[in-house]
Amino acid sequence: MTEHKSTYEPKSGFERWLDSRLPIVRFSADLMSFPTPRNLNYWYTFGGILAFCLVVQIVTGIVLAMHYDTSEAGAFISVQRGIMRDVNYGWLIRGIHANGASMFFLAVYLHILRGMYYGSYKAPREVLWWIGCVIYVLMMATAFMGYVLPWGQMSFWGAKVITNLLGAFPVVGNAITTLLWGGFSVGGPTLNRFFSLHYLLPFVIAGMVALHVWALHVPGNNNPTGVEVKSDHDTLPFHPYYTVKDLFAIMVFVILFAVVVFFIPDAFEKVDNNVVANALVTPAHIVPEWYLLPFYAILRAIPDKLSGVLALAGAIAMLFALPFLDQNKVKSMRYRPAARMYFFIWIVFCLILGWCGSQEPQGTVIPGGAGPVIIDYGINSVTWLARVSTAYYFAYFLIITPLLAMSEKTLPVPDALFMPVLSKSAAPAE
Amino acid sequence: MTQRPLLAVAALAAALGLGLGASAHAETTQAPLKDVHWSFDSPVGMYNQEQLQRGYKVYHEVCSACHSMNLVAFRNLADKGGPFWNPAYPNPNDNPVAKALAAQAQYDTIDSETGQPTKRPGTTADYFPSPFPNETAARAANNGALPPDMSLLAAAREGGARYIYSIVTGDGTTPPAGLQVPDGKYYDPYMPGDLTSFWKGDPNKVPVGGFIAMPPPLVDDRVTFDDGTKATLDQEARDVAAFLAWASDPTADERKQLGVEVMIFLLVFTGLLYASYRSIWRKVGH
Repeated sequence: MTEHKSTYEPKSGFERWLDSRLPIVRFSADLMSFPTPRNLNYWYTFGGILAFCLVVQIVTGIVLAMHYDTSEAGAFISVQRGIMRDVNYGWLIRGIHANGASMFFLAVYLHILRGMYYGSYKAPREVLWWIGCVIYVLMMATAFMGYVLPWGQMSFWGAKVITNLLGAFPVVGNAITTLLWGGFSVGGPTLNRFFSLHYLLPFVIAGMVALHVWALHVPGNNNPTGVEVKSDHDTLPFHPYYTVKDLFAIMVFVILFAVVVFFIPDAFEKVDNNVVANALVTPAHIVPEWYLLPFYAILRAIPDKLSGVLALAGAIAMLFALPFLDQNKVKSMRYRPAARMYFFIWIVFCLILGWCGSQEPQGTVIPGGAGPVIIDYGINSVTWLARVSTAYYFAYFLIITPLLAMSEKTLPVPDALFMPVLSKSAAPAE
Repeated sequence: MTQRPLLAVAALAAALGLGLGASAHAETTQAPLKDVHWSFDSPVGMYNQEQLQRGYKVYHEVCSACHSMNLVAFRNLADKGGPFWNPAYPNPNDNPVAKALAAQAQYDTIDSETGQPTKRPGTTADYFPSPFPNETAARAANNGALPPDMSLLAAAREGGARYIYSIVTGDGTTPPAGLQVPDGKYYDPYMPGDLTSFWKGDPNKVPVGGFIAMPPPLVDDRVTFDDGTKATLDQEARDVAAFLAWASDPTADERKQLGVEVMIFLLVFTGLLYASYRSIWRKVGH
C-alpha cells in the first residue's frame, strides 16, 4: 500500500487559518481522494449501502421515538394507533424502520459473505474484520430489542424466550435475567430498559463504524484478486469513481427497499405481533425474525439449554476467530477452488439452518413420517437436519478451513490486481 | 394365526418408517381458506368505498354488539380512503356522516358545573365505544369467551380478510357425525384447532378445524344495505371482511398510490445515476 499523501491545498485565507487549527476540510478532502483499488466489483458496494441503512434507521428511529410511549399499557397503542394511524406519514416512517432492519441485515450478510469470499479478514485487515464482527453483534442486540418495542405477542414472547436463555448460566444466570428484566419476569421495566438501549446502541454502532472506516483506511481496501495495491496505477481516487458507483448501488438497493415498504410492508411481519402482549396466552409458534433464525436453529439443535446457548455464542465467535483459523496466504477464493466449494456448501447449510429455525423442532423435512427416533427426534425431523447443519457449520470453521489453509493447492495468483493488457476497455488511464 | 408375526413386523416397519413421529403428537388443523377476492388484494389494488360502507353497516349492526374496535375513531371513517370520505370535507371532522354516526354513541363525562358523572353524545374525535366495560364483563356475557378487538383483526390473523370471510361463513357448519361439540361452541372448519379429543370416529380421520364460541353471526338479510345491494350471507361476509381489512390497514390506499409515484422517481433517478457511472468510468480501465 502506497502512502496516501494529502493533496489538499487550502484556497482561501480562512481555509489556511482553519487548516492550521482544525484540518477538518483536509480530512474530508483526503477521505474523498483516498486511493481505492480500481477493480472493486459490486460486492464491494455493500459498505456504502450499510452506511446508508444505519443513517435511515437512526433518522426514522428518532422520529418514531417522538411518538412512542414506553409504558407497558401505552406502547402497543402508541404504535398501532398513534404512529400507524394518527401521525402524518407515521405508517411510512414505521414501515421504513421496521423493514429497514431486514434490509440492513440483508446487506450486512452479503457484506460479511463478500469479506469471507475475498479473504478480507486476513493480514493486514484483522482489526478491520473484528470491528465489523462487533458491529454485527451490536446490530443483532439492537434489532432484538427494537422488535420488543411494539409490545405485540411476538415482541413479548420473543423477549421472554431469549432473555430466559441467559438464565441458563450457572451462578450468575438469575442475576443477569433479573437485571435485564428489571424484575422477575418480562414486563414494563424490561420494555423501558430495552427502549433505552435500543436508542443508545445505534450510536455505539455509529462510533464503531467510524473505527471500521479508520481501520479500512490504514491498509486500504482489499479487492477481488486479494493482491495488495503495489502502485498508483492500481488505484483510483474514491471520488468520483466510487462515490458514483456506490450511489448507483445504493439506489438499486433503495428500489428493492421501496418495493417492500410500499407494496409488501408486512412481508417480514408475524401476524401475532398485531395482538397486544399477553403474558397469559402463549402464541402457538414463537419464532425470531428471519435474520436470527440460523442461530435459533443452532440453539435448539443442542438438547441441553446451557450448551445450546454456548453453541449459539460459539457460532458467532467463529467469525471472530476466522483470521486465526485461515492462515492461507492467498486471500481471494478466486484462486482457491476447494475453499470456494466448501464455502458455498457452508452458505447452503446456513440457509438450511435458517429454514430449520422457522419450523417446529418435531416437524418433518421430507413430507411423511419422522422416521426412526434417534435419542429424542426422528431421523427425518427438523431437529436432526439442524444438528447435521450445525455440525457442518462448526466443522467448516474448525476443521475444513484450517486443513485447507495448510494443504490446498491454490491457483496462480496474478502479480498485480489490475493488468491493463487483459482489460477489455481499450485505453488504460494515464 | 401364522400371519401374526408377519403383521407385527409389518406394523413395526410402518411405525418406524412412516407414522411414528406424525401420530405421536396432536396437530392444529384448519381447512384451506375459501378462495375469495377483493379489489384491494393486489399490491396496487384499492378499497372499494361502497363495499366499505356496506361493511361498516354489518360491523355496526352485528359485530359491534360484542366486538370492540378501540383503535378506530369516528373521524377515521371520513379519512381519505375511508368508508365515508367525501372530498367536499377535507377535514374529516366536518364530515356530516361521521358526525351523525358519532352522535348516536354515548360517552361518560362529568357535569362541568357539579362534577357529577353524566353522559354526552359522541364526537368525531371519539373512538368507537366498547360493547362491554371490561374483559370480565365481556367474558361473562359470552359464555367465558372474549370477543377479540377488531381494530387489527385482519392483520392479526394468517390470511387476513380471507380468514375472516372463511370463519364467518364456516361458523356453524354442521359437524360431522362423531364430533362432540361442547355446549356454547360451534364447529368451524376454518378455525385453527385440534379436535382429536372430541372425535369419536376413525382416529385417522379427525375433522379439520376447531370450535368457535361465536354463534353464526350472519344470515341472509341480516342487514339492509343502503345502496340496494342484496344482503346475502356471502355479500355481508365479503363486505365486513373488506371493512375489517380497511380498519387494520387504513392507509393502504395512500401507501400504494405513493408507492407507484416513488417507484417512477426511483427508476428515473437510478437510470440517471447509471448513466453518470458509465460516463465517469468510461475512460478508465477496471
